[in-house]
Amino acid sequence: MSLRAYVITRIFLTIPMILILLTLVFLVMRVLPGNPVIAMVGMKASPKYIKQLEHQLGLDKPLWLQYVDYLVDLMRGDFGRSMIWGKRIVIQEIMDHFPATLELTIGGFLVSVLLGLLTGMIAGIRSGGKLDASMRIYSIVVYSLFIPLLGMMLQLVFGVWLRALPVGGRIDPGLEPPTVTGLYIVDSILAMRLDSLLSALAHLALPSFTLGLVLSGIYTRLVRSSLMEVLGQDFIRACRARGLSGRIILFRHALKNALIPILTMMGLQFALLLAGAVLTETTFSWPGMGTFLVERITYRDFTTIQGSIVFYALFVALISLVVDIVYAYVDPRIRY
Amino acid sequence: MRTFGFSRFSCMVKDAGLDGYMMVFGLIIILITLIMAAFAEFIAPYNPVKIVGMPVVPPSPKFPWGTDTIGRDVFSRVVYGSRTILIVILMSTALSMSIGIPLGLISGYIGGKLDRTFSLIMDSIYAFPGLILAIAVAAMLGPGIYNTSISLAVVYIPTYFRMVRGQVLSLREQLFVEAARALGATDWRILRRYIFPSVFFIIAVVFSLNVADAILTEAGLSFLGLSVPSPTPDWGFDLKNGQRYFLSGKWWPVMFPGIMIILLALGFGLLGEGLNKVLGQKEVR
Repeated sequence: MSLRAYVITRIFLTIPMILILLTLVFLVMRVLPGNPVIAMVGMKASPKYIKQLEHQLGLDKPLWLQYVDYLVDLMRGDFGRSMIWGKRIVIQEIMDHFPATLELTIGGFLVSVLLGLLTGMIAGIRSGGKLDASMRIYSIVVYSLFIPLLGMMLQLVFGVWLRALPVGGRIDPGLEPPTVTGLYIVDSILAMRLDSLLSALAHLALPSFTLGLVLSGIYTRLVRSSLMEVLGQDFIRACRARGLSGRIILFRHALKNALIPILTMMGLQFALLLAGAVLTETTFSWPGMGTFLVERITYRDFTTIQGSIVFYALFVALISLVVDIVYAYVDPRIRY
Repeated sequence: MRTFGFSRFSCMVKDAGLDGYMMVFGLIIILITLIMAAFAEFIAPYNPVKIVGMPVVPPSPKFPWGTDTIGRDVFSRVVYGSRTILIVILMSTALSMSIGIPLGLISGYIGGKLDRTFSLIMDSIYAFPGLILAIAVAAMLGPGIYNTSISLAVVYIPTYFRMVRGQVLSLREQLFVEAARALGATDWRILRRYIFPSVFFIIAVVFSLNVADAILTEAGLSFLGLSVPSPTPDWGFDLKNGQRYFLSGKWWPVMFPGIMIILLALGFGLLGEGLNKVLGQKEVR
């Protein structure tokens, strides 16, 4: 199968996944016991007001019709309007908060890959030894670190004791670069603003490290097992026989091949990053999707909650599609 | 039936080396937490929901782990909090197992269109960020022990489904199953007598690794204020309450519940890792 044919097939396979996820969100939001309107306005509201709100949200229609409306609206890109404060368009509000989450997720991703590669390589090269054992324990321990506690401890050490890094927010007030992508790092580079860039990086440091450290353990094991497998193959023995140094074998030949299976993990890893980002954001008052979602849950802003969850679902489906395509590009074997 | 005595157990632990010790360490942590939960009334010096002193009093002989933001005893709250988290985890795991395992058995054994449909659904849910799904369900159901358990259960059904299905797929083709079929055993009998017992040990491993994850998710929900309602002691929520005092150096309302969350998750993680190796070895022999 050519890459193009693979990409097209894969895109078609994404459609059922998206449909299933959207249906799941619908089931959770509409079918689960618990009336969103009563949850929003409280038991004491007058029945007339409840009826009126239900009508406004289309909740008085039969369930199958609600489902069709919901899918049709989403296909048109209509996520509805917020139920509080000026009734802003949900998708706009999401877009205001999503870049912050994306920036944090990318930061956490980079940290986790770097730490994971480092620890995984140490374990893979010294497999069976004491270092290998310590790296295994590392991978189990970091995964158990509860993000809010880890975050607060880092805030205490680097923010309060050492006064080296800010403990919350995305950037110092007044330094926000003009919005192009919404990612402060990219925007400040585009605007050639060094002060903004440094401020954004400093604010990003602790949250990304928190998120990245916790998720790095997964890569540790993956890199270790994948590296060990590659190092046992014939072509590595051939390299050794030709007298190549250990370093060249590792970096030029083994590592490149060992990284391929790690790519497949990235899709699932991304889901973990998004989930971890919710806790990281609330710990560091990072103004992203997670903080936004939790805030709207306390206000019972039903349409915004539904919109955000749908957005997460679409984003996850997109990422898994992209990861699979990149994987097929890097490793042609899996196209068949 | 072979007896599984203590001497045999300690032999297996020693044979497994690091993994054996990891498993024992994990078991000890879990045991301590279980004892805390079971005998909370005798261990905790104070009522966990009563104000018994001034707010944020540092650890002292009177309050061994200090008092929280409104003057409740942190130690007592942590002891009773173990009960909350263990009950939620127990109920949610039982629920996701009782849905995920049978579905996985059936789907893997029958195969075909049914299997493809189930797998697609389960894989899609599995790909969705667990905590966010739990947040959505918890937000709709509202706070409470049962509702939190349901939110967590939804997240972990696919984990059990995928693991059991994968096992069944490989077992289905094996000789002993084929032999049973040739002897005229019914599908139900094959599933019950031949396949399920072989899946059982793997369920034990996945169970403990999964519980480690579920503990962190429960603590996360609770940290976000979406788990059991206040004033029920709950580690994640207590940690959240102490957050605003933490950076001014008042660490005890945050540290003690936080460390317990990490230890309990670590305990199950170590147990799972150890079990994996110890039971794996047994299979090789």
